[in-house]
Amino acid sequence: MSKFKDTTLKSKIFRRVHRRIVLAGLLKASTVALLGWNIRKLQIEDSEDYKLLADANRVNLRLIPPSRGLIFDRLGTPIALNEQNYKIVFIREQAADPRKVLKKLASIIELDQKRQEKILQDMKKRSSFIPITVAENLTWKDFAHISVNLPSLPGIIPEVGLTRHYQEYESYAHIVGYVGPISDKDLKSEKPVDPVLQIPKFQIGKVGVEKKLETHLRGRAGVSKVEVNASGRVMRELSRTQGKSGENIHLTIATNLQKFASERLKGMSASSVLIDIKSGDILSLVSTPSYNPNNFVLGISQSDWNALLNDERKPLLNKATSGAYPPGSTFKMVVAAAALELGLIGLNDKIFCAGFYELGSRNFHCWLKGGHGKLTLQEAIQKSCDVYFYELARKVGVKRIGDMARRLGLGQAYNLPLTGLSKGFVPTKKWKKERFGTSWLVGDTLNVGIGQGFSLATPLQLAVMTARLASGKEVTPNIIKNSNKNPDNPKALSIKENTLVAIRKGMFDVLNEKDGTAFNFRTTNHNFLIAGKTGTSQVRRITREEREEGVIKNEDLPWKMRDHALFTCFAPFKNPKYALSVVVEHGGSGSKVAAPIARDIMLFQLYGGIPPVTAYPEKQQVEARKRLMDIEKKINSRTNINPNI
Amino acid sequence: MNPFIKIIYINWPLQILILATALFGFLMLYSVSGGSWDPWTKPQINRFFISFILIFVMSAISISFWQKISPFCYILGLALLIAVYFYGDTGMGAKRWLDLRIIKLQPSEAFKISMVMALAYYYHKLPVNKVSHPFYVIVPLLLIIIPALIVFRQPDLGTALVIIMIGIFVMFIAGVHFGYFLFGGLSFCTLLFILFQSRGTDWQLLKDYHFRRIDTFLDPSVDPLGAGYHITQSKIALGSGGLFGRGYMQGSQSQLNFLPEKHTDFIFTTLAEEFGFFGTIGLLIIYSLIVAFCIFSALATTDKFSRLLITGLCMTFFTYFSINIAMVMGLLPVVGIPLPLVSYGGSSMIVIMLSFGLIQSAHVHKNVGF
Repeated sequence: MSKFKDTTLKSKIFRRVHRRIVLAGLLKASTVALLGWNIRKLQIEDSEDYKLLADANRVNLRLIPPSRGLIFDRLGTPIALNEQNYKIVFIREQAADPRKVLKKLASIIELDQKRQEKILQDMKKRSSFIPITVAENLTWKDFAHISVNLPSLPGIIPEVGLTRHYQEYESYAHIVGYVGPISDKDLKSEKPVDPVLQIPKFQIGKVGVEKKLETHLRGRAGVSKVEVNASGRVMRELSRTQGKSGENIHLTIATNLQKFASERLKGMSASSVLIDIKSGDILSLVSTPSYNPNNFVLGISQSDWNALLNDERKPLLNKATSGAYPPGSTFKMVVAAAALELGLIGLNDKIFCAGFYELGSRNFHCWLKGGHGKLTLQEAIQKSCDVYFYELARKVGVKRIGDMARRLGLGQAYNLPLTGLSKGFVPTKKWKKERFGTSWLVGDTLNVGIGQGFSLATPLQLAVMTARLASGKEVTPNIIKNSNKNPDNPKALSIKENTLVAIRKGMFDVLNEKDGTAFNFRTTNHNFLIAGKTGTSQVRRITREEREEGVIKNEDLPWKMRDHALFTCFAPFKNPKYALSVVVEHGGSGSKVAAPIARDIMLFQLYGGIPPVTAYPEKQQVEARKRLMDIEKKINSRTNINPNI
Repeated sequence: MNPFIKIIYINWPLQILILATALFGFLMLYSVSGGSWDPWTKPQINRFFISFILIFVMSAISISFWQKISPFCYILGLALLIAVYFYGDTGMGAKRWLDLRIIKLQPSEAFKISMVMALAYYYHKLPVNKVSHPFYVIVPLLLIIIPALIVFRQPDLGTALVIIMIGIFVMFIAGVHFGYFLFGGLSFCTLLFILFQSRGTDWQLLKDYHFRRIDTFLDPSVDPLGAGYHITQSKIALGSGGLFGRGYMQGSQSQLNFLPEKHTDFIFTTLAEEFGFFGTIGLLIIYSLIVAFCIFSALATTDKFSRLLITGLCMTFFTYFSINIAMVMGLLPVVGIPLPLVSYGGSSMIVIMLSFGLIQSAHVHKNVGF
């Protein structure tokens, strides 16, 4: 190869290199131009869109839960409160070794190995900045102890939250109910959805006043606009809108009476309702056995729940408003009122009781085997003669009995903020035809006449009925203070005064005449005389064979088969102020079981405290003293027991 | 010539532009760490100034020395690549780092320099009439492909592709016949086609995560909280910067951690968010000027080694910033390539400064000839 050629080649290659460097430079320049063009598009053309996206990224709305309205009794004693709940949370990302921190924590408060593992597991499932609750409901001492030791507990944060707490929980559980963490089902039924409900585990009313007045009690959530980072952690607050705390609710219940009544009914499956006749205020509404609503607030354990659910005495049920019982003899006033109003019987007309009533081939029995002989209406109420009311019911007929029953407040639910209100039941001919496909028989009417058969009434209805009979006015019960817009002037029942007087007199005789069914349970204080009516409602049917061989005594029957004991009364007789009903499920005879309870409760209300033994007949004073002192002691020992503090 | 006098002849505009870029970097690192010298700004400043002095030292050393050691550099670089393959630290599912106690080195970065040196040496020594000879085309191709395969197996597809690109580029500048590149380009397209065809079959040529990256690159909205998250967030940061930016240390995207790798690969987004269009274009102009001064410098040299060395290293620098910027804008898939002189990181900083040291040495000795 010649040198010349080589040089040309060399220069040729050299020029090529030169050219290619320039070419590459141009390529680079166009790449840069392309990049620049793209930057321009992003930063100038579409900038506004991206700015919005950046804000959407950065700003987050946080809800500040409102503090729930409190519930007070009629005197302003708090029943449902928001208590400071001392708790500690753990943020994993702030601790180098969470296991070590928990171990250290366990040396300060009680924290068993199992719980520690559970916490560590919970942490693994969630982002590292999410606070995990380690312990709740700490005592102030523990809380303070932890706070002092914080420097050696990285990641642990003491917090104070608000949790519902119920005072006097046992006597109020059925009225106030309880709150609990919101469930998916609750969320679905809410429309429109209040944003506050989306707070996890937000507590809403589940039962009772808490549930029915939820919207009043809840309040409105505040909103805090916060800046968050990519992992959702709050960096700072941008703005804050204050929420509104829930309304406070004042009940008509008088706590001292409520406590006395629950203590008096303790151990039984029973209920009582005491109404102020003038205003319709429910001063006491008790159902036993009760339960502790505080257990529900943070979520109840399955075993506790099952225990409550499977108890045959139904602690969760508010028997005073949800329990519907055959009213038994307490229904006789309805029949009497209907008959008198219709003029089907005169005040002095007598009916003969031979101990049974013949209807075709069937005998309807009076509770008194030998019969009562000749009776006036007043005496029939006093002695609770069945035969008299068979006859009377037959005269009046089921339709007109039903009309009177409804007028006196049976067969209807009242507008009360309570859950599970039963309407009771007033049967009609049409209903029987539809329900059973058989015609109404005279025998059915006779049964209705003594409050057996198909009719059902709640203790609350019985108290309302008594209040209406005692006042002649359309007394309507209420449980929220000042909710009755016209408390002093309820509508008159438009029942003749003579009718009412006769019935009241009959009820007076029940307690205050020698042959009255509750004569033993009268009071000796002449200012506080009680008028009432006993009732014993059968749960089972007594067959003819049994009646011939002798009716089995209640005590010999299994609990579930025993009669319900009922008593309804008002007092003082001359100036009726309070109406009271007591129902003891499967308690036996109304006169023996329900009446003494009613007397104690009524006297407590009339005296405004534990009644003196002088209010009781002399023979009963020793027993009464023992009983009342026992209750007083129990009430005092139970006062202000707060299981969480 | 006295080495101290030599310093006067270095490419001063280039040196100043390097310093300016680095200052930009310090500013951004200070911002992304929330207005603090720790943990990134201080070490970055230290590293920069040490290597900045290194440039002067290297520029005083004769280019013939660098030329002589080039083959050894290549062997050393390859050895390190093999070493990292067997002994490297595993991070993010790939072995890329070699812990040399004093410094954690990423040999694949350093290898780019030694490869450019070796290729420049090869073409410097190769008689010009053999440049396009098939055998002498295959030799440099092997010098490129073998290390690229090792890097690919780390696995680090991005760097492997960059190595191949730079190598081919040097061959192109060296004057290899254009037909080879045409042929190569066509076969590359065919290979790409086969790669995509292999997806989901049992002879799949790429790992699943490569394919997923390509998917999200093509449509980031498919998975805005998963793999597409980075691209979506970085585009939001870029776009929300607008014309003038949100103000220094006021970028909500970067200050609130929405940006991934905000101190390393994605630092450009912080710059864009806080300084806006003027900031980004400003940096782009500085980068372009650096490239331009390198090209002038290359054209001014008289020997083939210097010329290929400068253009090759300049190309390395160019690939760094253009791929990085294209990547954060969602024009290229996310591959771990830093923004040169701005991103936090020792390995890339040293590699880039070493390459500028070589460029300056070639510039200082442009009239020496050998």
